[in-house]
Amino acid sequence: MIYLFFLLPPAGVEAFDTPNDEGGSITIRWKEVEGAKVYLIYRKKDTLELIGKTYDTEFSDDEVEDGVEYVYGVRAVAGTDTSDFAFSPPAAASPQLFDTSKLNIFFAVFIYLFFIVYFVRAARGRTLFIRRIAGLDALDEAVGRATEMGRPILYVPGLSGMGDVATIAAINILKPVAKKAAEYETPIIVPNCDPIVMTVAQQVVKEAYLEAGRPDAYREDNVFFLTDSQFAYAAGVDGIMMRERPATNLFMGMFYAESLILAETGNMTGAIQIAGTDAVAQLPFFIAACDYTIIGEELYAASAYLSQDPKLVGSLKAQDLGKAILMFLLLLGSILSLCNIPLILNFFRTL
Amino acid sequence: MRRTGPLVVAFIMGFAMIFQYFIPHPLSQKFYEIMVQQWLIIISIFLYLFGLRSFTLYHYHKVRRKKEGWYFSLIALLAALITVIIGFGTRRGPLFDKIYDYILAPLQATMFSLLAFFIASAAYRAFRARNLEATLLLVTATIVMLGRVPFGAFMWHKLPDVVEWILKYPNMAAQRGILIGVGLGMIATSMKIILGIERSYLGGE
Repeated sequence: MIYLFFLLPPAGVEAFDTPNDEGGSITIRWKEVEGAKVYLIYRKKDTLELIGKTYDTEFSDDEVEDGVEYVYGVRAVAGTDTSDFAFSPPAAASPQLFDTSKLNIFFAVFIYLFFIVYFVRAARGRTLFIRRIAGLDALDEAVGRATEMGRPILYVPGLSGMGDVATIAAINILKPVAKKAAEYETPIIVPNCDPIVMTVAQQVVKEAYLEAGRPDAYREDNVFFLTDSQFAYAAGVDGIMMRERPATNLFMGMFYAESLILAETGNMTGAIQIAGTDAVAQLPFFIAACDYTIIGEELYAASAYLSQDPKLVGSLKAQDLGKAILMFLLLLGSILSLCNIPLILNFFRTL
Repeated sequence: MRRTGPLVVAFIMGFAMIFQYFIPHPLSQKFYEIMVQQWLIIISIFLYLFGLRSFTLYHYHKVRRKKEGWYFSLIALLAALITVIIGFGTRRGPLFDKIYDYILAPLQATMFSLLAFFIASAAYRAFRARNLEATLLLVTATIVMLGRVPFGAFMWHKLPDVVEWILKYPNMAAQRGILIGVGLGMIATSMKIILGIERSYLGGE
């Protein structure tokens, strides 16, 4: 008895504009062919040409012109056997105006924005409770200590640029610290590793001295650009610590592998040290080497905490509500997932 | 106007960038490319000149006033000058590469290697069993460190699995707790800046 095997062409070949993209792409999809190892994909505009092969049942052609119709042919291959062509209906690519896969983020952002605006407005003229944050409470003590010892304060605003929210938070903390330092007539040294951060830090410190009524005490030389090289910066700051012997070291913002080099050197000089970062990997180093550590979100709350401005404190309430909703969704999602209902899980999966 | 201008720019650009994130259209991508990437490069170049001025003046003043460690500043100034001269003179030729490969890279590696000694001294302080939390940290860290080396598996073959569990569940839960707070804090700070509620970065209240 002789058996003949024919490799069937793929069934259900469809071609459609790739969703949520900037155009120039068509996705081709088909049903799996039994025994097929590889699929060959052809594109037909004027002539039929081979454009690629795949082991999957989907292929994305990213080299098409928007608004031009194309027909795609797919052939299944198994060893030396190749099936006949199966063609798709014509399809054209076009750019989209909204990425629907980000719809959940879109709603989440605007709901959160609504919370912030609502709580900021509601907080006007009211005193809202904020829990004590030891690291921020210690800032006054740290500045006072430097004044008593007649030594400077060293403020390191992290190694990231102004595009990093942690750096903005560090700059927000710099203002009240510089103001306090100006009032106590204590020099504040701010070495920077980014010229943009340096420019902003100079302006902030200058304004702080002006507000404290001591514009004459401001020294531009004390807020300077050191280097943008990570370990050269660490070496430079270590050198300042060893030579100038600041009584207080403040490390705020984004830090990387140099965090422990800075904090341990400061520890050796006997300075009081307060660190604040949202870099989870660096937190253990700061906790081990500093007197106080401002952890994660506390860094972002610092501006509101130090100024006690009702509008800023109000935004913290929005953060609390956001956290409460997330905690509820996490709990509900866990329970539903255990019951094999992936509703919440799917909502977050598309994020 | 000195404050209003930047606040208006922050408001318009902030919301424009939020919407840009949700719009995949090429016009939106072009907007990002021009308004963010190209402008950032232009601004950075000018501000690097400010940085260079600050660097030069800081070290020059230290040398001129013979402040403690002034010779380090002199070395920094000379090193910068020589690198610039060689960079421009040889059009970033082999000599320039040698400066990077045989001076800068080893110096950076030396600083990085100091980390090993600092980790030892910091670990000694952190692991002293002064209270319950420090004792828990000491015990957990000992288990994790042993489980990550072959000797741990030699002592007890299930130790690597225990370590995996510690890192995957209690450790990850704590990290994610911090990260959720950080994420919300970041969005709130960004929104406050966009809406003009947070103005400390402008220098004033």
